[in-house]
This record gives sequence, C-alpha cells and structure tokens, in this order.
Amino acid sequence: MSAKTTGHDTPAGDLRLVNLTKRFGIFTAVDDLGLTIPQGSFFALLGASGCGKTTTLRMIAGLEQPTSGQVLLGDRDIARLRPYKRPVNTVFQSYALFPHLNIFDNVAFGLRRRGIRSVDDEVMRMLALVQLDDFGHRRPAQLSGGQQQRVALARALINRPQVLLLDEPLGALDLKLRRQMQIELKRIQTEVGITFVHVTHDQEEAMTMADTVAVMNAGKIEQLGAPADIYEYPATAFVANFLGQSNLLAAEAAGPAGSDVPVTAHGARYSVPAVRARVATGPVYLGVRPEKLHLVDAADRVPAGHQYVTGAVTDASYVGVSTQYLVRTEWGSELSAFAANSGLGGRVPVGASVVAHWDPRHAFLLPRQPGADDSTAGLLDEPVGASS
Amino acid sequence: MTALAHVPTPTGQPAAPPPLPRGGRRRLLPYLLLLPGAAWLLLFFAVPLFQLAAASLYDPSGSLSTGYALTWAFGNYPDALQAYWPQFGRSFLYAGIALVLAVLMGYPLAYAIAQKAGRWKSLLLVCVVAPMFTSFLVRTLAWKTILSDNGWLVGLLRDVHLLGPDGRLLATPVAVVLGLTYNFLPFLVLPLYASLERLDYRLLEAAGDLYASPVQTFRRVTLPLSMPGLIAGTLLFFIPATGDYINAELLGTPNEYMVGNVIDSAFLVRLDYPQGAALSFLLMAAILAVVFVYLRRAGTEEVL
Repeated sequence: MSAKTTGHDTPAGDLRLVNLTKRFGIFTAVDDLGLTIPQGSFFALLGASGCGKTTTLRMIAGLEQPTSGQVLLGDRDIARLRPYKRPVNTVFQSYALFPHLNIFDNVAFGLRRRGIRSVDDEVMRMLALVQLDDFGHRRPAQLSGGQQQRVALARALINRPQVLLLDEPLGALDLKLRRQMQIELKRIQTEVGITFVHVTHDQEEAMTMADTVAVMNAGKIEQLGAPADIYEYPATAFVANFLGQSNLLAAEAAGPAGSDVPVTAHGARYSVPAVRARVATGPVYLGVRPEKLHLVDAADRVPAGHQYVTGAVTDASYVGVSTQYLVRTEWGSELSAFAANSGLGGRVPVGASVVAHWDPRHAFLLPRQPGADDSTAGLLDEPVGASS
Repeated sequence: MTALAHVPTPTGQPAAPPPLPRGGRRRLLPYLLLLPGAAWLLLFFAVPLFQLAAASLYDPSGSLSTGYALTWAFGNYPDALQAYWPQFGRSFLYAGIALVLAVLMGYPLAYAIAQKAGRWKSLLLVCVVAPMFTSFLVRTLAWKTILSDNGWLVGLLRDVHLLGPDGRLLATPVAVVLGLTYNFLPFLVLPLYASLERLDYRLLEAAGDLYASPVQTFRRVTLPLSMPGLIAGTLLFFIPATGDYINAELLGTPNEYMVGNVIDSAFLVRLDYPQGAALSFLLMAAILAVVFVYLRRAGTEEVL
C-alpha cells in the first residue's frame, strides 16, 4: 500500500525543512536547520537531550511556532498552519492516550474529528495491525506500557498522515520490549509506506530502524547519512563518539601525499587513505573504532600493512559477546579495544604489555580544535550491537 | 480485571504473619480513626435530625408556651407546601439561574488559573478565596451598597439606558441572583480548578494533532476530563445556594423571599416549630431528589 496523498497535495510529498530556526528568549534551540526527508523513508533525528531534536519535531507537528524558516510538505509551506490542519500525526513520548476513552474510541478519535462516521472497519484493521484486536473495549490504564505504545501508534496511523512523527516513542519501555517494538515499528513502516520521522537519543535504536540518520548537536545537524556510512566514516568528533565510540588521537597532518595522508601523533608517524580524511592539513584527530583495534603481544606479530601503538592493559571487562580492554599508551591516554569472544585467540590479562594495531583503511581523520588532546572513549560503554 | 490476569502475584507467599495482638490492633485502627468524626456527626447531626423530624410531626396547634404534643401530624407537610410553594419554587429558580451564571464565569476562570496562569497561579487562587476572609454578612451588605439606587452602578446603567430612569437593582430578583452568584462562586471554582489543574496539557496537544479544533478539543477532552470537578463544584454551589436566606433578606424584598427566609421566620419570628421543621425536611428532600437526578444523568459513562 502506498502513502495516500490527499488530493490538493503535490505528488512529491518530501518533507523539507528550510532555514528552520527556533529561539526561546536568547537560547537558540534549532539553528538554521536545512533538511530533506524523502517521502516514504524512515528518518531518525538522533541527539542528546537538549540538542533541539524534539523542538524540530514539534515544529513539524505544529505544536511549536518556528522563529523563522519554512516547513515544506511537497510544495506547501505548513509552518504556520494550526496542528489540526496538517496532514501530520504524532506518537507522543508519553503516548498521551485519552484516559476517559476506551482503546477503540482513542483510535477512532482522529477519523471522527474529521467527520467520518463509519469508523469500525478501519479501527479494527488498525488494531489488528498493532496486534491489539481484542482490546477495543479496554481503558488505556488497563494496558501495559508496550500495549499503550501500540495504541498511540494505531491512533496516529489510522489517519494516513503524510508524515508520522515519533517522539522517543520507545523511551519508557524496558530493553527487551524496546527491541521487539523496534522491529515491529520497522515492519509497520514498510507495510504502510508512510514517511516516519523518529526522534531518539538512543543511537542503537536509530541505527536499527532508520534508512537515514541525522545526528544533531546544539541545534544543528552534524552529519546526515545511512547508519553504516555514518558509523564507518563519521564527520566530526562529536558524531564519532555519539554514534558508538571512537579512539581519537590528537595528530598533525601536513597535506595529502599520493593517495594517503601522513600524520604525526605523539611522535610516531601514521597514515590514512585520503578518501577517509575529512581534513588533510593542520590539527586532526586520527580515529579508530574500538572493534577495529586488535591486540597482540609483540610488534613482530602485527600483520603487514597495519599500524600500531604499544601500551599496557589496565582493565578488561567481559561482556559475553566480547571482551572490552582499556590500553594505556606510553603517553598516558587510554584506548579502548573490543575483542570478539569468537574462541580464536586467548584473553589478555590485565597488566600485560600489548601492541594495539589497526588496518589504516579502517582509520579516519577528523577536524580537531587546535590544542585539543586525545579524545578516547575511556569508560566502557555498551558498544553498538554488543548485546544483541 | 482480566488485564492484570497475567501479572504474577507480587510475592508468592505473604510475608510471615505478624504477631496476633498487633494484627488485631491494626484491624481496629481504621475504626479508631473514624471515631471522633462519627461521634461528632451522631451528636450534632443525627440527633438533631431526629428531633427535627419529630418536631415536624407535632400537633400544629401547640406553641412554645403551651408545649407541643407529638401527634404524628403528617398534615403539616401538605399544609406547609400549600402555604409556601412560591418561596420553594423561587429557591430553586434563583439558585439555578445563579448556578448557570457561576458556571459561565467560573469555568473560564478556573481554566485560566489552572492552565494559563503560570507563576501567577497561587496569587490568583488567593484572590478567589480572599473574600472568604470576611464574613458572609459583611460581603452581602457590601453588595447592598454596590447595587443601591444612588450607587455608581445603577447610575451608569441608567445613563446607558439599560435601566429606566426609575429602574433599580436593589430589592429585585436580579440583586438576589447576583448576590447568590457572587457568594457561592468560590465553592464552584475551587473543585473545578483542582480537576483542571490535573489535566495534562499533552492530551490537548494530542487532540490538536488528531484534527480536533479548539472547540472540539474542549468538548471531547477538556470537558469530560474536568467533569468530576464540575459535578463537585456545581453541587457545592447549588445546595447551599438553594437553602440560602441572607441574600434574599438583604438584597431583596418579601417578594423575593426564598424558602430559607420562611424557615428562618417560622423558627425565630413566628415560633411555629412544626411548620419550620416540615419545611426543612421538604427542602432537604427536594435537594436530594434534584442531586440524585443530576448525578444519574451526569455521572454516566459519557463523562467518566
């Protein structure tokens, strides 16, 4: 089933944000945002709390008035329309189900407000879609969090909006249910073909579900792209450490030489392919993802073509699928390295001297503020995909 | 509730049973807490009520000086109703009109304080309650001044020809209804405020997101969710307003007298205890009937 457009709209229902700005007093929540969200895509706005992602969503929904800029749906600027006049629906973070109505009436609410009388078939179809067929007569308070979440989804989807906005819809659910709902949401999106704009601070959630992820920071978009592209080749230090973790070594680059960019970091020379360098001169970060960093006991066991630093293991934590090591370098920074517990190779004891090596094709160069030191993950956070 | 059927019982086995004497005391505790209030009600409500019931059935030919005899004179009731039905009807009419005015003023007021007042919320609430710090009587006397024939309000209304050159407000039904509206307004506003204050603004946003215009949002979400407060407020307003006699006494004339004035005079002026008691019971029964019908109609599934 394709997304239904409602007559007067142009067929190309892309959602475009143009120079969108929102200020609260002197605080700029959303700063000159420009974004195109293709029709039918599953788009995630990812960022820490306070980065402006929810404000952006509320401006699309009409619950917040932009200070300046446009919200274009197709060719129509909807930025100044009242929320009830927009072909956009929202799944709220708190679900906001009407406590005085039963599930059936909650789901039927939008249709009835538009004067549609016979809603039974459509409501039952929606309840079936979210697998709540027999719950129509219940009150929201009688449902679990996951069930309420699905009612909120059905209540929004039944209106066949051109864009469905999801404001941290899974935030209140426990881990297992969240995973289940992620898959469920993705399934429903594929089934109905409506544009989903999903706001979340959970990088794993964004990566699991979205076709395109926009990483937001301080009211601006830091990077936009497919989850794998962003993860494998982040654009900024913020993205490198917000989406997963990275070991970022402060380095100096002196311009490209052939297809490589040579850099100097802490007295040693390394190189990175020019196609993986966001900058090629001046202060840079040499970045390597922890799972791309391999540990061996001596420099002569480093594979040909790999580059390395030496250090000592200061911490090892076993998390089932992998073991996460902290390696203190000679200059005192702590790098993290994840080794898959594949049964190949033994575990490295704490205190052992190690050589951490990587394939230069997995490294990347990012811009660095002059004077900024190494930026390494340090604490052992949950890595992407480690627990799934 | 079937929804909870799959929820495992919190603890498989209840904790070790507490020692018996402690459990016994615990079971008694609710009753002990109930005791002072119950004793108070028994002494000062139930006993006088019985006395009043007895008085309403005394021989009407008796008097305070000659003494009364309990002759089960049920005729007191139809007699009282026949003599004073206009005052009876007026009580309900005036209280009803005042209630409508109070809801029209009080609902927007309570809504504004609860949802829009921000940091002024407490101050505005104090303003609603502040008149209660002076006595009921003084407030009503103040209205007497405001509505008086040579007061500024009547002057203004005469100037704009809303009142004729000899038109007046004081000593008219309008004055009594205005007095009732003013005096009992806080009883309506406070419960309504409490219920609107709990209203989650995100539900209003959700309604707007789901194509409800502001009017529809009010009708479908705000009003149903504030219904418990509205019901409590209208009852707290209507019941004392119906039995009131101060407003009719001070702002009206005998032509505006309500049943409260008749009961007042029966007990304190004419010293006709059986009639006063019979009228009191009739009023109580009528209010109970009205409230019962109201709750049956308003307290349906439709409004929670």
